[in-house]
This record gives sequence, C-alpha cells and structure tokens, in this order.
Amino acid sequence: MRKVMTGHKAVAEAMRQIEPDVVAVYPITPQSEIAEYYAEYVHNGIVKTELIPVESEHSAMSACVGASAAGARVITATASQGLALMVEVLYVAAGLRLPIVMALANRSLSAPINIHCDHSDAYLARDSGAIQIFAESAQEAYDYMIMAQKLAENAKVRLPVIVNLDGFTLTHSSQVVETLPDEAVKDFVGEYDPPYPLLDVDRPVTWGVFAMPDYYFELKRAQQAGMEAAPEAFLEIQKAYSELCGRPYKGFFEAYKLDDAERVIVVMGSTAGTAKAVVDELRDKGERVGLLKVWLWRPFPRAEIAEALAGAKAVAVMDRAISFGNLGALYLDVVSGFAGRPGPTFVNYIYGLGGRDVPMEHIAEVFEGLKEAETGELRYLGLRE
Amino acid sequence: MPSIKVLAKREEERGPRFTGGHSLCAGCAEPMIVRTVLNAIEDPVVVASPTGCLEVASSRYPTTAWNVPWIHSAFENAAATIAGVEAAYKALSRKGKVTKKIRFVVFGGDGGTYDIGLQALSGALERGHDFLYVVLDNEAYMNTGVQRSSATPRCAHATTSPAGSVVPGKPQDRKDLTEIVVAHRVPYVAQASVSHLIDLANKVERAMQYEGPKFINVLSTCPLGWRVPPDSAVNVAKLAVETCCWPLYEVVEGVYKITYKPKEKLPIEKWLEPQGRFRHLFRPEKREDIIRELQEAVDRHWEELLRKERCTQGG
Ligand SMILES: Cc1ncc(C[n+]2csc(CCOP(=O)(O)OP(=O)(O)O)c2C)c(N)n1
Ligand code: SF4
Ligand SMILES: [Mg+2]
Repeated sequence: MRKVMTGHKAVAEAMRQIEPDVVAVYPITPQSEIAEYYAEYVHNGIVKTELIPVESEHSAMSACVGASAAGARVITATASQGLALMVEVLYVAAGLRLPIVMALANRSLSAPINIHCDHSDAYLARDSGAIQIFAESAQEAYDYMIMAQKLAENAKVRLPVIVNLDGFTLTHSSQVVETLPDEAVKDFVGEYDPPYPLLDVDRPVTWGVFAMPDYYFELKRAQQAGMEAAPEAFLEIQKAYSELCGRPYKGFFEAYKLDDAERVIVVMGSTAGTAKAVVDELRDKGERVGLLKVWLWRPFPRAEIAEALAGAKAVAVMDRAISFGNLGALYLDVVSGFAGRPGPTFVNYIYGLGGRDVPMEHIAEVFEGLKEAETGELRYLGLRE
Repeated sequence: MPSIKVLAKREEERGPRFTGGHSLCAGCAEPMIVRTVLNAIEDPVVVASPTGCLEVASSRYPTTAWNVPWIHSAFENAAATIAGVEAAYKALSRKGKVTKKIRFVVFGGDGGTYDIGLQALSGALERGHDFLYVVLDNEAYMNTGVQRSSATPRCAHATTSPAGSVVPGKPQDRKDLTEIVVAHRVPYVAQASVSHLIDLANKVERAMQYEGPKFINVLSTCPLGWRVPPDSAVNVAKLAVETCCWPLYEVVEGVYKITYKPKEKLPIEKWLEPQGRFRHLFRPEKREDIIRELQEAVDRHWEELLRKERCTQGG
C-alpha cells in the first residue's frame, strides 16, 4: 500500500507489523513520535506487545537485554543523548549476542545541546558490536526495520542491529512509503526461536558471565564471528525481501551512476538523495560524477567498496560527525579498503553538523573540489569560517 | 511458615539452586542469604544480579554456581534487566510459549541498589513489575575494595572514607533505602538480617503471596570489609539487630510490623566494638562524644519505627 507518511510513522508501521513481544523506549527528540505511535498501538489493543515505559534509555536497553535473553523479540528506538546513555548496555547486548533491533533517529550530541541531525550518535556506537545500517528515505527506514529483524536473529549473526534514519530530515518529513501487507511482514520475519532462553527453567543457563584473561579474548573473538557472518546474511535477506516488495535491494551500498564515474561522493543517510540530484545535473552537463551510498556501515564492506571505487580518480568521503583528533570515521573506513595498494585520491568532507543544511550547491561544490585535491585533506562543507 | 528443616529438605529434594561452586570469601554472609531466599520460594525462579561480589564469585567462565537461570548485565541495571525478563514472561505466556509459573528475583549489593542502581530500581517499582528484589546489604562496595556506599554507616572506615586523623571515617549517615522503597507504595517491603534466617524465609514466603514489586533489604556481614573474624557473620549481624541499629520489620500494604523486638535494647557500642571498621572510635582513646551521637540517632530511628507501627496498625 502506498501512503504518505513521516519517517516516524514508517518505522512505527514496521514495528506494528513485526509486533515484537517487548518494546522498551524512552522519549527523546527526534525519536519520541515512534514511542508515541507504539504506545497508541498498545493502548488501543492493535498489538499485543508488552510496552515498558522505562525511566531512562539506560533502563530501556537494560530491559531489552533482559527481555531478549528471556527469549522475547525486542525492539527499541532512541537518538543522541539517549543512545549515549544506552551505550554501556549496548556493548553488553552485543557481547551477549542478543538480537535487539533499534531505530536511531540520528541527532547530534551535546555540548552544545542541539536537537538536529548529524551522525555523531551513530559514531559513538561504532565499536559497540551492533550492526549499523543507514536509510536514505522513510521507505528505506521501513524496509530495513523489517530486514533488520531477520538479520539480528540470523543464527550465525545474533547481534543487535541499529537502523539509522536522519533526525527531522527523515523522521519528520512526509514521504510516500509503500508498505507490505501485515501478513507478508509476519511471514517474512517468522517466529523467533531463541536458542537459550532464560525462561526455559528446565535448562538453566548462566547469562552474563565473568571472564578473566584466560577466556575473555576467545569470547570476544567469537563475537567478531557474528559480524563476519553478517554480510552474507545481509545479502540473502535483501534478496528475499526484494522479491517480496519489488524494490531492488542488492548489495552493501547503492551505486548511483558509478560505473564510469571519475569523481565520486561516498555518503550515508538522507544526504544521498540530494547528492543524486546533483549527480543528475552534472551528468546532464557531461561530467563523469557518481555516488556511493553506504547502507551497511558495520560490519564495513571495505573490499566491496574498494572494488566499486577502484576506477575513480578522486573520491570525497563525507562524514556527518567529527572524529575529534583525526579524519572522519567513514573516510578511514573507505581508505582502509585500499591499504597497501594504489587507489583514487581521497578527500574527507565534514558536513551537516547539528542539522546544518546541505543544499545542492554544497554537494556541487564537493564535486568541483575533487578536481583539485590531495589525499588526506580534511575539508569542512558549509562552515562559516 | 518454614523451618530450617523444611527449607533444607526442599533443597535436598530439588537440588541446590545456588551451589557451593563459588568463590565468595570464607564466612561471607551472601551465600546463606541467597540459599535461604531461593529455598523459601517454591516455584521455578529466574535470577538477576548486578555487578558485585556475588556476581563475580558465582559466574566465572566456564563455571557457574547457579542451577537456576541467571543473568548479569551491568552494575546499575539489575532492576531494569529483571523488568525486561518479566515483561518477556508476560508476553510469551500470553502466546502459550511459556506455560510454567515463574518467579523473578534480584540479588543486588548495596552499591548496585542504594547508589548507582537506585533510578532503575525506582522505575521498576513504580511500573509495578512482578519481582522480588533482595539487597545483600554489606554496607560498602566490597567487590572493588571496601569503598563507601550510601549504605555505609556513619563513622565506619571505608577505603574512600578512611578513618583519618581529622575525619573519623564516613561523615554522613546511611541512606534509609527501605523507607524510600516504602514510599513507592509497593505491596511488600521488609528488612531482614543474615542472623535471623527463619525470619528472612518467612518474609520471602509472605512477600511471594503478593503480585507486584517486593523488596527485602538484608543485612549481610562481610568479614573482610567489616574486619571481623570469618566465623562471626551471624553473631555480628545479630548485634546490629539487638542494638536496634538494624531493625527487623516489614511493611505489608503500608502496615508496619516489627518482626523482632529485642527484650533489652543493647547499647550501640556492642555492635560497633567487635568490628575493625569502627576501631578508631575505641582506640587510642574512646570517642564517647561520637558514640553518644550515634546512640542518639539509633534511639530516634527506633522510636520513629515504633511510632509508625502503632500508627499504621491503628493501635
Ligand atoms: C558503571 C560501573 N561503575 C563502577 C563499577 C565498578 N564496580 C563494580 S562492583 C562495584 C561495587 C559493588 O558493591 P555492592 O553493590 O555493594 O556489592 P558488593 O560487592 O559489596 O556485594 C563497583 C564500584 C562498574 N562495574 N560499573
Ligand atoms: S569481600 Fe565481603 S562480601 Fe565480598 S565475598 Fe568477601 S566477605 Fe563476601
Ligand atoms: Mg556492598
């Protein structure tokens, strides 16, 4: 069904259709409406989910950990400071291999306090062990919420999955979203069959052990195996989902007019939409420009991205967060795919912090800037110097 | 009401829920409390613990002392964790995926409950999850080396509130967490002590008759932190009760009942003197001034409790 809805509503719709056993959420702009929609569903008997209206995001993630270990299917949502409060327990969730799905309405981190979009919250959780996916549109947020459920619960993966959607730009703007029939979503995600539920009192399991230097390393290495299994599972799930919905999800990233592109932008989230429009304009003028929009950020598909960029002359990697004291995190990720071998020139652009607008002219400026660039340059886009 | 024999028999029949395979110090009160509480519950249980002595000593990979499902997540979130488990239980029971009646229990230290975990506890109490929260109150952060907590009594030596030449131990009074929980108006709240295990078992049994949050704050001797001999866990804790420093009482649906009234209230010195953490109040010279103040505080609190009992019982 095609309907006009906000990104919030798209995420809430996916959640309603998945109908998890437990949802634990705490309000924060620009995520709150997701929590509000879901509370409406619960209090009007539309879903049978146990809603835990926790007193903080720390408790939201903690309750998710308890519920997930107990054997329930669990979803939460947050943004910014809320994620910062959750991070301690997000690491626990990943370490316990719990398939918790989270919608992250990307918002800057304090100080100064600011409610608008950037990716510093997602970057904060970069090394948490959670899988991270970025959506370009409300449609993608809806689709990836559903795919995330299967990815998280895949027997070889079993990790938390974060679906990032840009705060306000996606959460609050109305877009056309095509939703699947409820039954199709329920069939697609299937019943969750947890391997060692706490609630199986006849098979008692000890969760959250204390591991000394003699075992800790092996246990963390085993956790990495979940990440290693994720790419293959991701592709399989995309394939099945594409067949279901008719939209082409294929690969860890979307390659837009990339094949013969000399100058390329790499970006995550809603800015990709603006960048596509600029690519079209410049292509009309005969310029060989292209776009690589990252869907799967963690685990990072560095080999595949390197392959896709190998033919380019110059690449601008755009980070919507500063990794203080170094080049941007996405920049370093992309460059790592070329370690030890020649590649294009790579420039890093920091852009859009705290909701700074990213108009088409700025994207055009990036493509222009790639005509003369040196690898390792750090540039700030749209900044008043 | 259970006797020690009944509890022991129950443990023998179904096997221990918490086994000897742990590395808690010799003479630690925690395992006695954990076993008593779990034996006093007939139904299957799922247990959660925050970070602390019990957690570290019972779950060292690849071993475990737990014969019941058990989860540890972090230091400040045991109440939120069990809230999630309980919510999952409700959802999965409704779906018919879980068919047994299961009870939910937290064993948390004073640090993980009075201090860093207070918010999560308050939230879980307010939301009304169906669980029993048991505090193993040894009056300091023992697992990390006897640092002060808000449960540490005034003047006790702790490594972050040492008995110095200017400041004689912890300057502040302990927080009255039991009363904070009472203020949440949950169905069952109690204080108990390792010295009175039958009283504790009775309280657990009574608590489990109620649906909703139940809370029992149990005084738990730590020979290491209190600087007492390892064979004195029961006797020292008993002195806390006999001096009325740690009254045994319960608040059932708002009605107070003191479950043990000493025939003769002992002076506070009797509780302080055997413990190395209060040695500086007796040597090199006896600090009569401080001891008097501490005694006055105990008297005040005890009178207050007696008044609450009279008032709420309508007597
Ligand atoms: C967020 C966080 N802060 C601090 C610690 C360090 N820490 C672990 S256990 C503990 C003290 C535990 O004290 P308590 O809860 O009283 O339990 P006990 O060991 O005394 O039984 C501390 C400070 C931690 N693990 N996590
Ligand atoms: S330090 Fe104290 S509380 Fe911890 S195990 Fe030893 S005696 Fe028990
Ligand atoms: Mg303690």
